[in-house]
Amino acid sequence: MKKLFKNLSFGRVLIYLFLTVGAITMVFPFYWMITGAFKSGTEIISFPPVWFPTSFALTNFVEAFERAPFLSYFINSVVAMVGSVSICSFTTIVGAFAFSKLDFPFKNVLLALLLGLMMVPFEMIVITNFRTIIDLGLYDNILALIVPFTSSIFYMYILKGFFDSIPNSLYQAARVDGCSNWKYLWKVMVPIAKPSLVTIILLNAIASWNSFLWPSLAILNKVNKTLPFGLYSFVNEGGSRTELMMAASTIVVLPMIILFLFARKQIVNGVARGGLKG
Amino acid sequence: MSSTPVKKQKMTLEQFKLKSEWLVYFLPFFIGVLIFTLYPIVNVFLTSFKVDFNYITKEFSGWGLDNYKYVLSDPYFHQALKNTFGYVFVVIPISTCLAILIATLLNQKIKLSGLFQTAYFVPMVTSTIAVGFSWRFMFSHNYGIINYLLGFFNIAPINWLGDPANNFYALCIYGIWAILPFTIILLLSGLQNIDPMYYTAAKVDGAGPIRIFFRVTIPLLLPTIFMVIMVNTISCFKVFNELFPLFQGAGVANNLYTVVYYIYYQFRVLVPAQYGYATAAALILFIIIFIATMFQRFVEKKINN
Repeated sequence: MKKLFKNLSFGRVLIYLFLTVGAITMVFPFYWMITGAFKSGTEIISFPPVWFPTSFALTNFVEAFERAPFLSYFINSVVAMVGSVSICSFTTIVGAFAFSKLDFPFKNVLLALLLGLMMVPFEMIVITNFRTIIDLGLYDNILALIVPFTSSIFYMYILKGFFDSIPNSLYQAARVDGCSNWKYLWKVMVPIAKPSLVTIILLNAIASWNSFLWPSLAILNKVNKTLPFGLYSFVNEGGSRTELMMAASTIVVLPMIILFLFARKQIVNGVARGGLKG
Repeated sequence: MSSTPVKKQKMTLEQFKLKSEWLVYFLPFFIGVLIFTLYPIVNVFLTSFKVDFNYITKEFSGWGLDNYKYVLSDPYFHQALKNTFGYVFVVIPISTCLAILIATLLNQKIKLSGLFQTAYFVPMVTSTIAVGFSWRFMFSHNYGIINYLLGFFNIAPINWLGDPANNFYALCIYGIWAILPFTIILLLSGLQNIDPMYYTAAKVDGAGPIRIFFRVTIPLLLPTIFMVIMVNTISCFKVFNELFPLFQGAGVANNLYTVVYYIYYQFRVLVPAQYGYATAAALILFIIIFIATMFQRFVEKKINN
């Protein structure tokens, strides 16, 4: 019995050791990025590397902001995110309601078609969407970052799954009481589905914030770039001073890290469920 | 007599309203899907069969398989296929094994589990571009932390990014790190769905932790493991963003073309843009992904039965 206990605690130590080494590896790129953002030009290229910067002055951030319009990149990212996520949430809610509670011709055929469409890679349809945006006169316009993302089959499907789990008897009772579909959706369904909705909104917001391929296609001028694309062109065009690159990268990454620290459970649960659905 | 038709008309109007109400809910959602998902698929499919397609005048000389013939005989596309499949075959096994181990350990009753989870999952929400620049700094030949740490094992500095012999491995290392959080989350949620009764029964039978892991945990987790492998395989087939922060494109010697990079190159980098080649390559990518998905569904059904 004593021996077993000893073995167990030894195993426990091993578990913690392994998990700690792994955790350090996972967060190390962030540590290196953020400390790099505070290093001086000589510190950053010294070998052996400097583990801690000597000063925490914001000079690198100030210089990065002077060299490229990171403030407008930031604002553009926020506008594109808020615009696409809010419209997409609306269309997701009404679309999920239609597929979950309403009856209409070819409903099941359409649902099967949408499921099939989910398999098509975004990288494929992007070719045509790029031309569509040009034809609509939206090339190099911030609207180009919103319009193509106003509805999502994936999120609609997740929310429909949740709506399906709300008993139909509730719907029938409300209908008998003379409650309109519209009122029922917004006054009953949406409040019940709030946790699912929050998750969908979070996942959508993260995806929008980090998107690179689409902005790099649809945007040309500095004034309209979003953060990841702006960061990339800043590094690509502005030489390769690593400390500025790290400062600029920190600006891009920090809002999402903060969001994650506050909403970890919702995000993780959403990914676990969304992944299982996909 | 005159009141009847009016009443009838009213009825049909109301009936019409009732019958068409679904459109109010359906259309806002479907219009976006129609223009930005359904139409592009049809368009990409058709364009890939148009010979000598001019994207400005929209003229083409006829229908045929010329684009596919060109793409399938293009050495750069061969390279793209080789790199993409290579990436899948390196990243998937390593990341899956690591994730199974980490998820199993995180599933134990451990202290500070919130802190551990934050550390393991945070890379999932951060920009591939921004974190990629941090990796570029870490991979640096002359002053990178990775070469410094390898120095302790008497390994001479490796030119990770600037040497075509090594840059594929740098891409894979970054790829494994980036895909781990998502993989761990899915496996952890699979582990949490396993009925604790199985573990209790195994312990009563006197099985040790390693035996439990291989005889109880792994078999019960198998459907989740398989699902994760397939989802990750599909996402690895689309490797693209990672190339930009690390290599500003396809690598020093243009040796790191991937399938999506090849598509991007054909319609966005080349002048004039080659939409025919881009769409043909995109359709080939779709077929690869389609086969992978069908294979997944097939095996899923086998496991469930």
